[in-house]
Amino acid sequence: MFETIRYDVKDGVAWLFLNRPDKLNAFTAQMNREIKDAVKAASQNDEVRCIVITGEGRAFCSGQDLSEVDESMDHGDVLRKHYGPMVKQIRQCEKPIIAAVNGVAAGAGFSLALACDFRLVSEKASFINAFIHVGLIPDSGNLYFLTQLVGPAKAAELSILGEKVSAAQAAELGLANQLIPAEAFEDEVSAFAARLAVMPTKAIGLIKRSLKAASVLSFEDYLEQEAQGQRTAGLTADHREGVEAFLQKRKPVFSGK
Amino acid sequence: MSRFEFIETSVTSGTAVVELNRPRQLNALNRKMVSEIVEAIETFDRDEEVRVIVLTGKGHSFSAGADIDEMAEDDPIRLELLNQFADWDRLSLVKKPIIGAVKGFVFGGGFELALSCDILIAAAGTEFSFPEVSIGVMPGAGGTQRLTKLVGRTKALEWLWTGERIPAEAALAHGVINKIVAPELLMEEAMKFAGRIAKQPPLSVRLIKDSVNKAVDYSLYEGMQYERKNFYLLFASQDQKEGMNAFVEKRKPNYKGK
Repeated sequence: MFETIRYDVKDGVAWLFLNRPDKLNAFTAQMNREIKDAVKAASQNDEVRCIVITGEGRAFCSGQDLSEVDESMDHGDVLRKHYGPMVKQIRQCEKPIIAAVNGVAAGAGFSLALACDFRLVSEKASFINAFIHVGLIPDSGNLYFLTQLVGPAKAAELSILGEKVSAAQAAELGLANQLIPAEAFEDEVSAFAARLAVMPTKAIGLIKRSLKAASVLSFEDYLEQEAQGQRTAGLTADHREGVEAFLQKRKPVFSGK
Repeated sequence: MSRFEFIETSVTSGTAVVELNRPRQLNALNRKMVSEIVEAIETFDRDEEVRVIVLTGKGHSFSAGADIDEMAEDDPIRLELLNQFADWDRLSLVKKPIIGAVKGFVFGGGFELALSCDILIAAAGTEFSFPEVSIGVMPGAGGTQRLTKLVGRTKALEWLWTGERIPAEAALAHGVINKIVAPELLMEEAMKFAGRIAKQPPLSVRLIKDSVNKAVDYSLYEGMQYERKNFYLLFASQDQKEGMNAFVEKRKPNYKGK
C-alpha cells in the first residue's frame, strides 16, 4: 500500500516509519501523500489510540529531497499541494501523535516533528532549520509551531542563523518532551506510546481541540468552546469509567470511547 | 409506517425535526426528496403543536448536492414543464422559524437548501460549496440570489466561479451561518436554540420573520411601512397583553400563541 513509508498498527498504536533510509528519509511528493494518507487511516481506525512517526535508519527526516527541485518548480504550489495537506492532516487528527525523533530532523523534517503533539528525542537526534542555507524560508507550518514552542526571539535565531540544535539543547528549549539515551530509545518510545494508547482517547482529542482554539478565539468564545468540549467529554464512556473507578478505588480501564 | 421515502420527521416539545435520510448518498437531493421536505415543513407550519422546525441530515453530511443522475439527460423544455423549483418557492413562504443544523458537506443543492433556512448552526469542520460551475451549470434553486444577498456580490462571485470549498469559519465570518458547534453536539445545540425560540411568543416570532424577510427585498421606506403594520397587528394579540402585563407585574409571561 505504501512505498516510502511503513505503516503498522499494533496494540492500539499506529507506527509510521519514514522509509527512505538511504536518502535520510528525505521528502518526495509521494512521501508527503503517503504520510497524509497514513495519518488519515490512523485517525479513522477505531483500534488506533496513538500515532508514532519516526524514521528508519539513522535520520528522522532530512527535509525536501533536493534532487526533485528544479528551476521550473513553483515552491508555493508544492507547499499548497503536498506539504500543506500533510501537516493539515496531522493537525486535524484528534489522536495523540508522537514524533519519535531518532536522528537528524532538518528543514521540513523539523517542521514535521513540530506538527506533532510530543517530541521524544534520542540523544543522537538534532534539529536544524536548514532552509536559510538554500535561500528559503521555513515552511510546512514550521514558524507557526516554532514560535509557539520557543517564542519569537528564539524562533528567529534558529531560522535566520540556521544552526544545528543538539538533542540536549532541544530539551532545554522545550522542543523535546523527553531526551532519551540512544540505546533505550525504542523501548522508551514504545512505553510512552503504550501509555497514551490506554488513556481516554476522546478526552485527549478534545484537549487538542481546546489547545488549538486557545490560540485563535477570544476568551469569551474560548469559554463557550470549552463548555462544549467538556459536555462532549462528559458524555463519554471513559468519563463514566473514570468516575466509577475512582469511587470503587480501583484502576480505570479506558476504552477510548 | 412513514409516508415519506427520503426523509424522517418527528416532533419533541414544540420543535419539529425534519431529517434528510439518504445517508449512503450523502443525502443527495432528488426531486421527490425535495417535495417531501417541502410537504413536511408546510405540514408543520400549519401544526399548532409545532413552533420551530429543525432541518438536518442523517449520516456524516447534511447534503452533498443534487442527484446528478436524475438530471444529466434533461432538456430545457422538460425542465420548464416539470417546474421543479416551484417547490423551493413554497419553502420561502413558510412562516415558522426553520433552523438548519448542518455538518460535513453542504454542497450545491444542499447549500441552497441550507440557505433556505432562517438560522444555520454548523458542526465544526462543515464545508460549504457551489460546485455547479465545474459540471457546466450553475445553481438553480436560489443559490446565486440568496448567497449574494447574504455576503454581497464580490464574495458571491468568487465562491460561485471557483466552486471552492468554504470552511465553516469563513462561512461564519461572512454571515452565512450563525454559529459553529462541536460536531458531537450539533443536534443538542440546535435543539437548545430551537427550544429558546419556541419559548418566545409565537406571533412575535412569526411577524419578525415576515418583516425581516421583507427587508431583503423592499426599499427601506417600504420595509418600514410594512414593519409598522406588523407591529400594530401584534397589539391585537393576547400575548401582547400578557407580555406587557407580566412585565409590569414583574412575573414570567405565559404565552399562548394567540
